[in-house]
Amino acid sequence: MQTITIREALNQAIREELARDEKVFLMGEEVAAYQGAYKVTKGLLEEFGPKRVIDTPITELGFAGLGVGAAMVGLRPIVEFMTFNFSILATDQIINSAAKMLYMSGGQYKIPIVFRGPGGSAFQVSSQHSQAIESWYAYFPGVKVVMPSTAADAKGLLKSAIRDDDPVIFIEQERMYGSKGEVPDDPDFTIPLGVADIKREGKDVTIVARSLMVPVALKAAETLEQQGVSCEVIDPRTIRPLDIDTIVASVKKTNRVVLAEESHPFCGVNAEISSQIMERAFDYLDAPVKRVSGEDVPMPYAKNLENLAVPNVDKIVAAVREVAYLD
Amino acid sequence: MASKVIMPKLSPTMEEGQISRWLKKEGDKVSMGEPLAEIDTDKATMEMQALSEGVLRKILVHEGESAPLGQLIAVIGTPDEDIASLLSEAPAKPAATPQQPAAPVEEPAPRPVAEGNGRQLQEVAPISSSGRVIVSPLAARMAAEAGLDLKSLQGSGPGGRIVKKDIEQALTQPKPAATGFPRAVEPARFQPAAVASASAYRDEPATEIRRTIARRLVTSLGPVPHFFLTSEIEMDRAAEMRKGINALDPDLKISINDIIIKVTAAALVQHPAVNASFQDKFIRYYEHADVGVAVAIEDGLITPVIRSADQKSLSEIAAEVRELAERARARKLKPEEYTGATFSISNLGMFGIDEFTAVINPPEGGILAIGAMTARPVVRDNEVVVRQMMRVTMSCDHRVIDGATGAKFLQTFKKILENPLYLVV
Repeated sequence: MQTITIREALNQAIREELARDEKVFLMGEEVAAYQGAYKVTKGLLEEFGPKRVIDTPITELGFAGLGVGAAMVGLRPIVEFMTFNFSILATDQIINSAAKMLYMSGGQYKIPIVFRGPGGSAFQVSSQHSQAIESWYAYFPGVKVVMPSTAADAKGLLKSAIRDDDPVIFIEQERMYGSKGEVPDDPDFTIPLGVADIKREGKDVTIVARSLMVPVALKAAETLEQQGVSCEVIDPRTIRPLDIDTIVASVKKTNRVVLAEESHPFCGVNAEISSQIMERAFDYLDAPVKRVSGEDVPMPYAKNLENLAVPNVDKIVAAVREVAYLD
Repeated sequence: MASKVIMPKLSPTMEEGQISRWLKKEGDKVSMGEPLAEIDTDKATMEMQALSEGVLRKILVHEGESAPLGQLIAVIGTPDEDIASLLSEAPAKPAATPQQPAAPVEEPAPRPVAEGNGRQLQEVAPISSSGRVIVSPLAARMAAEAGLDLKSLQGSGPGGRIVKKDIEQALTQPKPAATGFPRAVEPARFQPAAVASASAYRDEPATEIRRTIARRLVTSLGPVPHFFLTSEIEMDRAAEMRKGINALDPDLKISINDIIIKVTAAALVQHPAVNASFQDKFIRYYEHADVGVAVAIEDGLITPVIRSADQKSLSEIAAEVRELAERARARKLKPEEYTGATFSISNLGMFGIDEFTAVINPPEGGILAIGAMTARPVVRDNEVVVRQMMRVTMSCDHRVIDGATGAKFLQTFKKILENPLYLVV
């Protein structure tokens, strides 16, 4: 077991998969010579050479399309977006080409591509560079959407994503690259896509959280433990396909659920999870499903307002106490 | 455009209502929504509001009289219109009968009545939450599986929502909930307040029973003119009698309180003026002593009634009190088991209270507050001796009971209790 950062875990995953399968290659802005804007691709150009680790022009739609084409002819591209904010420029290739090609070609073209990079809230980079857009991609059939919250999950899930034959949107959290965790040494360590992880067991209230909200929810659970409330924290890890079974099983046990996410509430992933809980566990709910989301405003630049816009421990604690009828 | 006023359904279990008081006289103008009468239901006295405008033309059910749900109890119309056809329906006949066929053109009666029923529920009975039960899906399923009637439960959630905890509590009654899950109810959950600032507090929705108690009591101490009579009673003979009876048959388990109930009933039938109720225009004297016994339950109190206690033996009273109190704590009493006493007893002796005053449960005429029985020095034949003494304080409704009337009753009560052989003479 090694204790490494999420940044290092992602680097290991890419390195191991580049070494394991020569069809795998990496491209994106500044991934090669500069070793990545967030240094996730450190040392890879040196190790695998410019044919496998490619710097692209600042043209997201262009290189995303290049990646889709490469995938159609049998390669397994990893396309890095410097942040997922810039993937917005590439949505036509992601949504209309990558997501739909297998279906529209009658199964002739698989698209084994990974689009990865940081997403979610960042520190004081304002509205255009600090937002969570996973619900956009999760909306479309044909892609998988993955959001790890620990170093081990980051490594195991990225390796599975690279080996997967479908397009995978792999969203890392910009604030979490430096967060450390234990990761198995086994070079074949993978975590299957579509399987949620119970980050903490509890009996009174279920908290579903992903990405940055997982450590926040765990901290809230600690606080609540001191107040006599036992929380179960579930990290779906994969947004699509969603492991709703694990969530529903937990809700059937606790009868109360709080859904935490960084993204805006309207049409967010938690709106979907909430609906599925209602459909599948209605008779087990003792309180309405409660969401804790990012505020419904563009991310403010000002530090104090930014802090208010992102869910925190206090908001989750208050939501849990509300569904437990404690306040 | 005369319209009918019918006996409305004011509580979920109500089958008939008694007019406690008409707030309008025949000939008075009434406007929509104005209080028309106070009606005694099985649970409480409720206001009935007018659902149409005009003049109160005719009162068909008078104060103190009862009518089943839906029965025509009054007519509202314009001052000079002919209401004979409406009056001809007078006694009985539920109002929601289908369309009256040959009704004259000016007769819109059936519809307003049908509508009125629904509206009265909403407007007149807000405390019954207009009959709608708010319940979490889980609690609903648990109640269905356990065969619990949701209407019998008090919801502790927001807006009175019945939640899992309430069902668990109902299922574990009479033991007060130990669900293993921390709740605001636990005092330990108070948030510490900053020093020198106002105390921390929590707001909890008032339960139905708490609201009922509040409503009932302000209709007592406010409008009912109370006065109080206190007497000290030597209990040695009563205590001896109890010991003697229980020695005969330990299963009887007669308590001092059972003896007090019996003696109260005996004294009441000797003093019909005290076994009475003020009903505004008349005074109702009861033939039998139906004695209400205040029982503390979780979050409130309730007074199960020992019917005709004057005709029952001590062992019958003891068994009945035990059985009713047990079901009271389990909240399993039927409305008719806790309403309609003619006189009540409240005993706080077990808490070491020496004496206290109790609030009359209207329309009863009085209530006896029983203190603790303790050994005290008293003077007998110029000697100081030790006796088991007990103080009782009687609260009297001065509208029916005057000072001397109450005092005479209390004198009889004391005489019998000090010499319980009177019970058999």
